[in-house]
Amino acid sequence: MRTFKADFHVHTVLSPCASLDMAPVKIIEKAVAEKIDILAITDHNSTLHCKLMCKLGKEAGIKVLPGVEITTKEEVHCLAFFETVETANIFQQIIEKHKPDIPNRKEIFGYQPVVDRDENILYEVDWLLISALSLNLGEAAEIVSMMNGIFVPAHIDRPSNSLLANLGFIPDNLKIDAVEISKSIDFNALLMKTPEIARYTVIRGSDAHCIEDIGSGFTMLYIENDDFDEIKMAFAAEAGRKVMALKK
Amino acid sequence: MNIAEIADRLNFEIVCGSTGKNNMVTWGYTSDMLSNVMGNASEGNLWITMQSHKNILAVALLKELSGIVLVNGHRPDTETVTQAEKEGVVILATDLPAFETAGRLYQLLKENEDIQS
Ligand SMILES: [Zn+2]
Ligand SMILES: [Zn+2]
Repeated sequence: MRTFKADFHVHTVLSPCASLDMAPVKIIEKAVAEKIDILAITDHNSTLHCKLMCKLGKEAGIKVLPGVEITTKEEVHCLAFFETVETANIFQQIIEKHKPDIPNRKEIFGYQPVVDRDENILYEVDWLLISALSLNLGEAAEIVSMMNGIFVPAHIDRPSNSLLANLGFIPDNLKIDAVEISKSIDFNALLMKTPEIARYTVIRGSDAHCIEDIGSGFTMLYIENDDFDEIKMAFAAEAGRKVMALKK
Repeated sequence: MNIAEIADRLNFEIVCGSTGKNNMVTWGYTSDMLSNVMGNASEGNLWITMQSHKNILAVALLKELSGIVLVNGHRPDTETVTQAEKEGVVILATDLPAFETAGRLYQLLKENEDIQS
């Protein structure tokens, strides 16, 4: 077994708040430059770029996890990762079923383009991707778990759109595989303030919205190879696989 | 004033946890961020929110709130209802948004204060 460097939280140009330079090819190039082995693509409430990103990742020798950053009914951001693009596509249908009727106003929120590898815009998503789905946190966690995915409340230290801020504390019996903390937060200080997180696997992602930020927050995994099952085992700390403790 | 009187006067529906309907209401508090409520609400406050997740019950118990009003026509999640009945946390519901709900509650509690003083 060896260590793998993972950035589990990266947006593409599809997210309205992401920089327009977050083009698929450029993201992969930067990930290669940052020596990232595993990259999760997590646009707001959409998996529509996952197929292309996985393909580009494969060509470049990087494991791309098809994923998403959903906004639950409670306005809590949660990351979900899936084994295959097909599973992510099924989850996309679930998102579509629970999406709100709020159109995007791109002059205010930004563009939501689905692009091809050459950065041609194929179409624009018309509903506002950062708005809340009608799925609650428990339901979302349950669905992702049933789909053999990985479910991780995002940036739990943040003062808004986070599990700890919006819901006060981590509910019992919630099916989560880990919690994510922001790239700049001092883990030990957070642990002092919120000792309950010691019960969970903790990862750090970059939450990159622009190219320079990719890899600025990362997590090291100790696993056999980059198969999804290995990553899952690391999250569960099974069979010697593990998520390495965060440095700071 | 207690929960039942307020529900009656402001036309709030008592959805669950009706064993708490005689709780006295000291004042109101409005927020959808549970962390904020945990930090700032006081004992006996009637909490106005649109959050329907079961964590609202733990917050209400922790802060010894008199009850919870769900606004904008929101209803408690299924798990929330079951647990509210068990814990005796009274949840009210109204179709009004938070602003109007708080405004009417404020006025009612103020009037009541004046009558008593
Ligand atoms: Zn987020
Ligand atoms: Zn994000």
